[in-house]
Amino acid sequence: MTTQTTAPETPSAPVAGRTSGALGMPAPVARALATGGGVLSVVSTFLAWTWTSEFPGDLTVYGYPGGLQVLVLIAGALTALFGLSSYGVKGLTGLTPAGGDGALRFASLAAFGTAWYTVIAISSTLGGVVNLEPGGYLAAAASLIAVLGAHTLPFERPEPDPLDPDESAWEHIKHRLAHGWQTVKASYAGGTPRPVGALPSYAEILIIVAILALGLTVFTYGIGTSYDELFIGFLITAGFGFAALNKAGLVAQASQITARHQNITMVGAFVAAALFPFTQTDDQYATVGVYILIFATVALGLNIVVGLAGLLDLGYVAFLGVGAYAAALVSGSPSSPFDVHFPFWAAVLVGAAASLVFGVLIGAPTLRLRGDYLAIVTLGFGEIFRITANNLDGTSGPDLTNGSNGIASIPNLDILGFDFGAQHDVGGFTIGRFANYFFLMLIITAVVVLVFRRSGDSRIGRAWVAIREDETAAHAMGINGFRVKLIAFAVGASLAGLAGTVQAHVTYTVTPEQYLFAGPIPPNSAFLLAAVVLGGMGTISGPLIGASLLFLIPNKLQFLGDYQLLAFGVALILLMRFRPEGLIPNRRRQLEFHEEAEAPAVLTKAGA
Amino acid sequence: MTALLEVEDLRVAYGKIEAVKGISFKVEAGEVVTLIGTNGAGKTTTLRTLSGLLRPVGGQIRFNGRSLKKVPAHQVVALGLAHSPEGRHIFPRMTIEDNLRLGAFLRSDRPGIEKDIQRAYDLFPILGERSKQAAGTLSGGEQQMLAMGRALMSQPKLLMLDEPSMGLSPIMMQKIMATIAELKAQGTTILLVEQNAQAALSLADHGHVMEVGTVVLSGTGQELLHDESVRKAYLGED
Repeated sequence: MTTQTTAPETPSAPVAGRTSGALGMPAPVARALATGGGVLSVVSTFLAWTWTSEFPGDLTVYGYPGGLQVLVLIAGALTALFGLSSYGVKGLTGLTPAGGDGALRFASLAAFGTAWYTVIAISSTLGGVVNLEPGGYLAAAASLIAVLGAHTLPFERPEPDPLDPDESAWEHIKHRLAHGWQTVKASYAGGTPRPVGALPSYAEILIIVAILALGLTVFTYGIGTSYDELFIGFLITAGFGFAALNKAGLVAQASQITARHQNITMVGAFVAAALFPFTQTDDQYATVGVYILIFATVALGLNIVVGLAGLLDLGYVAFLGVGAYAAALVSGSPSSPFDVHFPFWAAVLVGAAASLVFGVLIGAPTLRLRGDYLAIVTLGFGEIFRITANNLDGTSGPDLTNGSNGIASIPNLDILGFDFGAQHDVGGFTIGRFANYFFLMLIITAVVVLVFRRSGDSRIGRAWVAIREDETAAHAMGINGFRVKLIAFAVGASLAGLAGTVQAHVTYTVTPEQYLFAGPIPPNSAFLLAAVVLGGMGTISGPLIGASLLFLIPNKLQFLGDYQLLAFGVALILLMRFRPEGLIPNRRRQLEFHEEAEAPAVLTKAGA
Repeated sequence: MTALLEVEDLRVAYGKIEAVKGISFKVEAGEVVTLIGTNGAGKTTTLRTLSGLLRPVGGQIRFNGRSLKKVPAHQVVALGLAHSPEGRHIFPRMTIEDNLRLGAFLRSDRPGIEKDIQRAYDLFPILGERSKQAAGTLSGGEQQMLAMGRALMSQPKLLMLDEPSMGLSPIMMQKIMATIAELKAQGTTILLVEQNAQAALSLADHGHVMEVGTVVLSGTGQELLHDESVRKAYLGED
């Protein structure tokens, strides 16, 4: 990779291959603007942005940032830090192991996006820019300066591909657009991060703890955002902020360190998740937490079927339903036709076993189909389950599921005298009903993670991947394709059933309408699949993160209303276009989607 | 003594079209037998039928004294018949080592597997150098080596190689052929399908010339190599 650090002498038309920014501003000026803009953005958050506390978050206070200002503060600080780091300030260069400019660009976008979103939201909510106080103007101006500065920093321009001058005008336009796109991509490109040297293991573990603490903080903040504007601001800051950390090479370094201590990271992540209810003062967000966990756990189970074995299952939510109905039927609920009350461990076994049986029953005839056909049949099965549950009401069929009313008044769990319906005081913290279930669900999630990891690394896991990659070759290796696919299907089904048994108790009621193919409330089959694909197929953290996002976004952005599904469709298409391997890529998948990655098409600019 | 593999009047059809119209041949243990012929002669179809990927419409296949006619593909490997398919069919996104391990999918003797992986690396040093690399990053010839190494991992009694020299540079082709000769010297029984008749015949004990689904000529490798009609049709001589 070539390193060019000098800005062009003449700020005229930028020439291919040379380093040059957008406006042709000299590099030192641009860098100073970006850094200064970041610092000023930070300063602005300590001023009042508007005169009235009618805008949520109370942005009228001097000397103390609130609401959206906190987000701008973080983004501005990030911009300033990356700016200083790109100057080579001692002690800060470690922040940008992959070169600072790409990171600086994204950080400034985070500050700019959040600040301008806030200012525009204030103006439109309160009716005009007159409602802005000087602090608001300062934030807008400072973040604009930062973004302009960062985007005029020089970068390595890609060489345009040669084009036959005799080509049609349309070809010329296409070519120019393609080159423009290459240039934009190049301007955000980051370098390859230096590998982290081996630190003493206590230091690496401290770093992992810090990463997990950061993750817990971000997640808790996101769940706790109490109004639409704050959540949108959170998405902007978190999205661009993550991109900035990624470009800086910090994400790569973090994953290197966590990869060295996989088990510690895994345990640490569960400890961090278990701390979540203790950060809450009431049960409101623990509810969200437990629903996210149910959704995420089922998504992880689906990831075995889709991500590892490559079987497209569009009716997966039905297995969650089977587990939930099975647990509800033996729970002692008054609307259950069976007058039994199983202890929880027995209900869990019944639920998982029922789903397993259904998985095998559905899988055995359908897994001989390939690709699209399997998807259609599973889609049909999902609907059959829902409609059957609707009809087993004693009039259209035998009385089993109580029809569309579902099985209601499912009693709370009571394990070894611990009443899940009651509040408990633990060391000064009040743990409410949903928090109780949150802990229980966390154990189920741990089980699913364990099954996923163990099976993924095992002989059967290799067989799944082999079947997915090349069925003919897999047969030639002596792999019984049908059998390993059926195992994947059955394992996935019983894990979903496991989650269903807890879900039945959390929601009090089990109705057929909870298990749709697509609907506004996750989990449903479409959202489950989306969580897997969005998060990253074949990974553990991918579906967990994908599910969290897919649950939080519709939950927080109620104003989207009927357009929710449309918005998701658009978001998914964009994601598939620009990051087909998902947010958390699997190493193997990344090779699949970016085969050209071995020879980068565009060169990157190394920082000064 | 009966042969390791006996094929008798084998017929295979795709729908109504018969691709293999009743061929018979034998492979004795320790031999290299080659099927040569032009495109569409039915060579690959024959191999795919032997390994259970296709079902014959008639005839007999006996391997090690057992009929293979109704044995599914994944069990054929367990019986000791390994197939290195045409077009290599390696798992491109897996590491070379994982590819080799999949070749030993049906075995459970860990030390033996490790030993055989080492043996594959000895046979093809390039695979050892790149054991942790994705197999798709190998060149065509190296992928062919991997496909052969992988097929050997099941400790087959008979190794079937389908067009191992296809699409390779002349130098790489020589290397592959030299490896086959080495395997032969080690006592591996091989059924080799090739379009490169010269190379295949010079190392084969027996050869069969196929044309549109039938065997038109059989003999030892040397006989066929010097047969006038073979020389004209396949070795490019007037």
